Amino acid sequence: MITRRDFLRYVVIGTAGAAAPLGLANPAGVLAGKDLTGPRWVFLLDTFKCVGCGLCVKACKTENEIPYEANVSRTWVERYVIMKDGTVLADTPKAARDGFTRNVIDLGQGKTQAIVTEDIAKAFFVPKLCNQCENPPCVQVCPVGATYQTKDGVVLVDRKWCIGCGYCIMACPYGVRFFHPVSHTAEKCNFCYHRISAGLKPACELACPFGARRIGDINDPDDEVTRIIKDGRVSVLRAEYGTNPRNYYIGLSEEVR
Amino acid sequence: MVHGEVWTLKELFLFPNEYIYWSVQIVMYPFLTGLVAGAFVLSSLYHVFGVKELKNIARFSLVFSFALLFAAPMPLVLHLLQPHRGAYVFFTPHFTSAIAAFGIVFFTYGAIVASEIWFVYRKHFVDTALRLREIQDKTIWQWISYLIFCSLTLGSYDVSEEAMKTDKKAIKVLAGVGIPVAAFLHGYAGFIFGSVKANALWMTPLMPVIFIMSAIVSGIALCMLTYIVFLEFKKYRLTRARAAQTPNTYTMEEIKGAELNVIKMTSKYLLLFLVFAISLELLDLVFRGYTAVKSWDILKSVIYERDFVNIFIVQYGLGNALPLILFLIPGLTIRRAVVGLLLVLMGVFMMRWNVVIGGQAFSLTLSGYMHYALPIIPTDYETFKEGIGGALLVMGLPFGLFWLFIKMFPVHGRTEEGG
Repeated sequence: MITRRDFLRYVVIGTAGAAAPLGLANPAGVLAGKDLTGPRWVFLLDTFKCVGCGLCVKACKTENEIPYEANVSRTWVERYVIMKDGTVLADTPKAARDGFTRNVIDLGQGKTQAIVTEDIAKAFFVPKLCNQCENPPCVQVCPVGATYQTKDGVVLVDRKWCIGCGYCIMACPYGVRFFHPVSHTAEKCNFCYHRISAGLKPACELACPFGARRIGDINDPDDEVTRIIKDGRVSVLRAEYGTNPRNYYIGLSEEVR
Repeated sequence: MVHGEVWTLKELFLFPNEYIYWSVQIVMYPFLTGLVAGAFVLSSLYHVFGVKELKNIARFSLVFSFALLFAAPMPLVLHLLQPHRGAYVFFTPHFTSAIAAFGIVFFTYGAIVASEIWFVYRKHFVDTALRLREIQDKTIWQWISYLIFCSLTLGSYDVSEEAMKTDKKAIKVLAGVGIPVAAFLHGYAGFIFGSVKANALWMTPLMPVIFIMSAIVSGIALCMLTYIVFLEFKKYRLTRARAAQTPNTYTMEEIKGAELNVIKMTSKYLLLFLVFAISLELLDLVFRGYTAVKSWDILKSVIYERDFVNIFIVQYGLGNALPLILFLIPGLTIRRAVVGLLLVLMGVFMMRWNVVIGGQAFSLTLSGYMHYALPIIPTDYETFKEGIGGALLVMGLPFGLFWLFIKMFPVHGRTEEGG
């Protein structure tokens, strides 16, 4: 015979026991905690080495089947020209697919601005790609969970589940997302996830003749990229958004957006 | 061509993937949900707070709110690139996203409005069903109506005084609960924008509150306007009926008197919420200018230069200040009210436009601009639905639904039913 007191006790214990895994322990957290041994992919970008040739953009478009003529790209290169009078000029025509070969800045709408070489104080190139943020706002805002973070830190999009609302595109402070012109779903750089998962290098890294972009595993202390990030002086883009981006830059200047 | 490229004009330095991805349909979405919420709040002023003067318009705006509710998700579906997957939002909601709450909030609100309408019209359903039952040799149309009204009673035929009292209580509770839910429905639309930290114009905790206030303004304005049109139509019918010597239940003076009284009373509430809405919007603007964080330079150039006409002339000037004056001048006439109401509606629409399109008028680089060229003549399905055609389609839908609904729920009768 069970007493009322015992019954209440079992109910309380049972409810608390059942609630514990739901409330206290987040299953994703438990899984992530177990898997400290796996890789956590990061990128190291050296702005001193980038010459703006655009080979990375070409390679990326081909590898990831982004229509060559479409005015969107998973990766791009920006050119910054700072004049002696302090004016900052910047552009990335066609995502720098064809490289920077002319001394004119693209102003959009077919307009350009000629640059007098003698007036330039400094100029440099900055390669951009998805930052695979530790705290990705794009994943946060997806209403159906079609975009998600893998345990090795890469943010992916499920083309079969994306509803095409564009909220993730709006939420990304880095402007890396766009709608794929063929699949009509959200699209972004995923560090060539199909390649890195098979032990290969991403297409852009292979295409870069100057070693300006390199992938690394921040969990591997012997990785050269990890050593540079840990020992060297690197910075990230737009830290103020709290996204905790995982692309590290060498030689980032304050004019870079 | 990339989605958005056809209507986006880029200037100066932007990231290559930036386009106006959220176009006119996303302007229509908060505009419509705002009207839903506003219409409901107006009807609740009578049901909950017992503002007797609003009795006539209360029932009217409740049914209108219901019609608008059906139209509200339309722009969302139209703007999706994969519209057939729209229902995934209900099946696999990802709750860290503000949009994921849409299903829950929308259906909760829908259930509340539907139940309230049921209680308000229960006696009407029962009376009509009983009246139709007694008719011998029903025509097919009468059979259909009979079946519809029988189903609408949900099997409850008790219209005793006691039952009516219970109904009244239920209406009061539902209308009361509905106010915060309506506010939430629209406040969360504001949250969708206000929480986008990447967007310097959108990100402010004031956004949901600003949205709610302007929502109530627009909802009241549209209800008043439709109410006037509705009564004008009645007057027109009355004149024709008189000419044809058919007996009618209303006299012209009755309608005219009721019309002006309701409009005068309702416009007081309109003004109250309009003042709240303007104050909050100006507070937001002043605060941005005063704190002048990094993004202010480009925001300033958008607000005071590129979008100056849209914001200060059309929205604040013609859409807010002018109607405020029109309603404040003593001796309000129906004609003046109509002009004021049209201006108020345009002002709220422009506020949505200036938030949604204005928020995409500048680049994430804070050094470039985008201009939205609204497609007027469509060249394909995309430029139709994200152009003026799609916007008009979405705007016309609630009126069509309302016309259909008032066949079942008469909004201007003499019988003293539940509500």
